[in-house]
Amino acid sequence: MRREGSPWTGLGAVFLKEFADHLSSARMRVLEVLMVVIGVGTMYTAIADIKTLTTSDPFLFLRIFTGARESTLSFLPLLSFVIPVIALGLGFDAVNSEFNRRTMSRVLSQPVYRDAVLLGKFLGGLATLAVSLTVLWLLLFGLGLIRLGVPPSGEEVARAFAFLLVALAYAGFWLAAAILFSVIFRSAATSALCTLGLWLLLTVLWPRVVEFVVDAMSPNDVARVLGIVTVEQVQWQLALSRFSPNVLFYQAVLPLLEPSTRTLGLGMFMPPEPGVVPGAPLSFLQSVLVAWPEITALIAAVIALFAVTYVVFQRQEIRA
Amino acid sequence: MTDPVIEAHGLVKRYGAVTAVDGIDLVIQRGEIFGLLGPNGAGKTTVILMLLGLTETTAGTVRVVGLDPTRKPLAVKRRVGYMPDAVGFYDNMTARENLRYTAKLAGIPRPEIEARMSVAFERVGLGAVADRRVSTFSRGMRQRLGLAEIWLKRAEIAILDEPTSGLDPQATTELLDMIRSLKADGVAVLLSSHLLERVQSVCDRVALFNRGRVALIGTVSELATTVFGGDTMIQVEAEGDAVPGVLERVAGVRRVTVEGSGTFRLFCTRDVRAEIAAALVAGGARLLRLNLLELSLEEVYARYFEEHRDAA
Repeated sequence: MRREGSPWTGLGAVFLKEFADHLSSARMRVLEVLMVVIGVGTMYTAIADIKTLTTSDPFLFLRIFTGARESTLSFLPLLSFVIPVIALGLGFDAVNSEFNRRTMSRVLSQPVYRDAVLLGKFLGGLATLAVSLTVLWLLLFGLGLIRLGVPPSGEEVARAFAFLLVALAYAGFWLAAAILFSVIFRSAATSALCTLGLWLLLTVLWPRVVEFVVDAMSPNDVARVLGIVTVEQVQWQLALSRFSPNVLFYQAVLPLLEPSTRTLGLGMFMPPEPGVVPGAPLSFLQSVLVAWPEITALIAAVIALFAVTYVVFQRQEIRA
Repeated sequence: MTDPVIEAHGLVKRYGAVTAVDGIDLVIQRGEIFGLLGPNGAGKTTVILMLLGLTETTAGTVRVVGLDPTRKPLAVKRRVGYMPDAVGFYDNMTARENLRYTAKLAGIPRPEIEARMSVAFERVGLGAVADRRVSTFSRGMRQRLGLAEIWLKRAEIAILDEPTSGLDPQATTELLDMIRSLKADGVAVLLSSHLLERVQSVCDRVALFNRGRVALIGTVSELATTVFGGDTMIQVEAEGDAVPGVLERVAGVRRVTVEGSGTFRLFCTRDVRAEIAAALVAGGARLLRLNLLELSLEEVYARYFEEHRDAA
């Protein structure tokens, strides 16, 4: 049976209300403080690291994002941890709060489809995340300019901007997950717990599971004890670990922020092909090409999650 | 006179094996107030949701302002105002902000919104508190804000689910007055309720729901005639051993039931109060009270479910 009228009717109204609600909420105040603390904090550790560098680096500015040394306080690990928390915080009560406040049936008795309500809520949350991430991004650029005194090249800006977009897609994944649980569970607390559970499962437990599976594939005990892995095991490890959006995010931004990254697959462990200078940077578009499968996978995951949410929401009874 | 705005025929709704609504026929005319009555779980809200297209029908046809609500939900919802049971608002927003959001969702042209809002606030008497947060509102004020939405949309049909539940008598009276003024504006009102006495005073016609079916439909007096078989009801309070016997022998009394100690209810073919008084006094009984019972909806309702207890 076909329904008539555009599914977009009322989308603008829902989007603007959700966006305004987020921006004026107490959560947003927390978010602002968090962004400033992360920005300033990671900036100073990054600058301290950069000062110890002796070799000249053509992409010095990007070091602000990656950190010169491996450190838990550097920007990227911190961001990959904070983005899901923020996205969960914005989305975990998106739909069930409308039921609990008994506003859902009133909203849906207006001439709008459920499509507009759900999409408006998602886009409102995404816009809030975009504002926060852009603020953080600009903060890093500004502080970087002041502290380093070196202006970023055009390519560095392009790479950093692509990074921002990937971070937004990563945020979108967790927002979509949070909204899915807010549709499934009427209790906001249950929804928040389940989203947190999913996050822990995918970021903390999943790498252990992958390790376990790969370990079990070991051909014999000697290899296991000595830590020798076969090519097959490495392939499985790479494939399985990419089910975690965290890993996808890392792999998608690595080629963008580390221009010398040539592959994210098995090639990482191989000697370079003949004619390739190890450590030589790729052009921006080539780097995007290297990261493209991961970026696509991340965006596809967002769309898939949203589609599931949509189906569940359409089938729900609005008796409330 | 016959200008139906809502027509439902053979409406059925099943949730798995449970049949919530089992073949309902309703026709509601423009400018009438129609009451849906029945115990909780009788299917009233389900019918309302199907009329709005918020729930799909399992079988049957619905036409609201001549349109099918499942096929053209936007066109239907643009012309129908709905106030759900225990209506909720965004507590952190003011009444005006809440109404403005509804106006935008309803697609009211932007330049008209403010003017229409102030009219709506005046109609429900919330003009003075329009800029207060809804969290400070009493239940009655929230219900009135719900009605304001209907004026805001200039709806042709107002569907009100339990509009008076949980209100004090004063607030109920005010709300019913507003419902009457909706009718005066030519709006068809469909309301569901279990506050029978109040509903009786405002409804033109009612439908009595029972287990997903319309048990009775018509005006209150038509319903009374159906349930009581056209009997005149007389209540008698008298003392004396022979009272029941005396009462039964009065010509015109068809049946006598005991309501309490010394209180009887008589089903009579006509008003035989004078004859009863004479007979009782002659029989040596002490007559304490004698009155003609108004056939209220409450009585009809109680009587109907007494008779169909096994079914309900």
